[in-house]
Amino acid sequence: MSKSPEEEHPQKALGWAARDSSGVLSPFPFSRRENSNEDVTIKILYCGVCHSDLHSCKNDWGVSTYPLVPGHEIVGVVTKVGKAVTKFKVDDKVGVGVMVSSCKNCNCCKEDLENYCPKMIFTYNSINHDGTKTYGGYSDMIVVDQHYVLHFPDNLPLDAGAPLLCAGITVYSPMKYYGMTEAGKHLGVAGLGGLGHVAVKIGKAMGLKVTVISTSPKKESEAINRLGADSFLVSTDPAKLKAAMGTMDYIIDTVSAVHSLLPLLSLLKVNGKLITLGLPEKPLELPIFPLVLGRRLVGGSDVGGIKETQEMLEFCAKHNIVADIELIKMEQINTAMERLAKSDVRYRFVIDVSNSKL
Amino acid sequence: MSELQEEQSHQIAFGWAATDSSGILHPFHFTRRVNGQNDITIKILYCGIRHSDLHLIRNDLGISSYPIVPGHEIVGVVTQVGTKVRNFKLGDKAGVGGLIGSCGSCDQCQNDLENYCPKRMHTTTIFDNGGDKKYGGFSDIFVVDQHFAFSIPENLSLEGVAPLLGAGITVFSPMKFYGLDKPGMHVGVVGLGGLGHLAVKFAKAFGMKVTVISTSPSKMREAIQHLKADSFIVSHDLKQMQAAMGTMDGIFDTVYPHHPLMPFLNLLKFNGKLIMLSGPGLEKQTELSIMPLIFERKMIAGSSAGGMKETQDMLTFAAKHNITADVEVISMGYVNKAMDRLAKGDVHYRFVVDIANTVRPPKSIS
Repeated sequence: MSKSPEEEHPQKALGWAARDSSGVLSPFPFSRRENSNEDVTIKILYCGVCHSDLHSCKNDWGVSTYPLVPGHEIVGVVTKVGKAVTKFKVDDKVGVGVMVSSCKNCNCCKEDLENYCPKMIFTYNSINHDGTKTYGGYSDMIVVDQHYVLHFPDNLPLDAGAPLLCAGITVYSPMKYYGMTEAGKHLGVAGLGGLGHVAVKIGKAMGLKVTVISTSPKKESEAINRLGADSFLVSTDPAKLKAAMGTMDYIIDTVSAVHSLLPLLSLLKVNGKLITLGLPEKPLELPIFPLVLGRRLVGGSDVGGIKETQEMLEFCAKHNIVADIELIKMEQINTAMERLAKSDVRYRFVIDVSNSKL
Repeated sequence: MSELQEEQSHQIAFGWAATDSSGILHPFHFTRRVNGQNDITIKILYCGIRHSDLHLIRNDLGISSYPIVPGHEIVGVVTQVGTKVRNFKLGDKAGVGGLIGSCGSCDQCQNDLENYCPKRMHTTTIFDNGGDKKYGGFSDIFVVDQHFAFSIPENLSLEGVAPLLGAGITVFSPMKFYGLDKPGMHVGVVGLGGLGHLAVKFAKAFGMKVTVISTSPSKMREAIQHLKADSFIVSHDLKQMQAAMGTMDGIFDTVYPHHPLMPFLNLLKFNGKLIMLSGPGLEKQTELSIMPLIFERKMIAGSSAGGMKETQDMLTFAAKHNITADVEVISMGYVNKAMDRLAKGDVHYRFVVDIANTVRPPKSIS
């Protein structure tokens, strides 16, 4: 007989879990493994609410197993270190992102691309090396192999910095990989949510001109005045779209709803690059002709490796980049999820875990 | 750099043209500009036939403007040079590809990417935008700004070089640009026609392992024994496709008709690149799951021809590695039959018209 989540491991833990595809979260007592030699135990202070958490809770991708404790934008403080831990000490401020382990042997792992390791273990809804489930950051504590823990910069607020651990690296990694960092070039950011608003900030910090591309005209003032975007394009306005044709060097597409890539591709200059980061439930429509005629590319990316995530945090620390957040208590998570489904948040919910009633 | 030349007067020219969407070519008298100060005049010896010529004369894209003299893989001998011409002299072997002009001042032109200039001029008029009609290489002579002409290496056969000016640069340019030119890499080539067979030759010359992916099992022997591809996969053979999953650094897709791309994305390794060289339909969109792009950081990109400088570089590379196209030389009288055969893919792998010997105005033949 398999043990209950509370009895699986020696350290008691409290979290909130979804029990079925309704996605409704509720208190969930469970347990975490003993802190082994390579591990760090973290008291969780804050956890960002990523759109992936919502999709996972509702089993939108068909791979969820319940009970499911989401949360992969974790910030906390170290309470225990294993004997072989060299990177961290007790009381260090640390972060954990979307993965907690990988094989450490394959080409991807050896090239600091643990996120692409075929045996990568997700922070939640995955299976640990010991065969037990992984539970995420909507909980009071977590035990993680030191290799997969990030140093959290001193000068960044812990709550507003939490979303960087997923949203931040999701944007930063492809910008570096695809060479979208040349100061003075023009970046379009499609979709102004959690990912999009961080893309605007990182783009500006890299010295790019940034245009927000959105279906909601009412986001314009925020985009320009609050986030510092240079311009705003309403993508449902054919005349405005036409006027902007062939003006952008790069586009980051954060939209996860199913959409055609043709309008976005038309905005790109020759040699332009469109990176799609959203995870739609169905295939997208891709026109080939604009790629051929203008030597354009369409690529994707999935978070980033640990080394790169640390580099991203340091970049954000240097440029004072954090997310715009709405701090909530765990007890408000279901309401927050409903609002997130309607994109009713500027721009990330973050759970004040240590001050919540778990 | 090119400028539109003031046409002082014209000179007689003769060629073969299509005058309606049947695409049937027949003798056609017309004129070309006289040789300007930046121009060279070429007596055309050979001209390759591309699929795009076929589409143009049959109005497959719905935008053709007749009469059309097709042909933009032109090789010949220089018979006149303008007073400002420095790159060519009389008697030189010279070639012209798909471009004969560009604006000279935009970002693309400034970066030797004339083929992406928004105001570029094609060798054959593709659609009527009110400018002067441009007549292509199915004719006896050609007048072109020296900037858009290429020196032909001495050691390559002229009929075999002609297709390099269209198909050759179309595959060479993306190999260099997308970094799919490193020894030891493994690339796939989808489609074994004019573009595809040259992609195999260039890829092998770069020291890469090459797998040809084709719908025709009958092409396997040629691919392996003659073109020296390392392996051959039939694209509708699920077992073969499955065995090849995740093995390629890049894939060059040369196939024109609309076709699914997921099976090719699956053949790519992590970080793999699918390079589209032909446009599946003009406006048709392809349904694509984003998952391989996101979870395996794969990308899909395109490329079209190449700039003048890199075309010359390509010729130098081809000369060094003895790369020419596999051609079937035909007389102009055969051209309509050739077009029918081309439509069925019945050529190994390029028709090249022997212009010098078979294109003359009727009164000269007797």
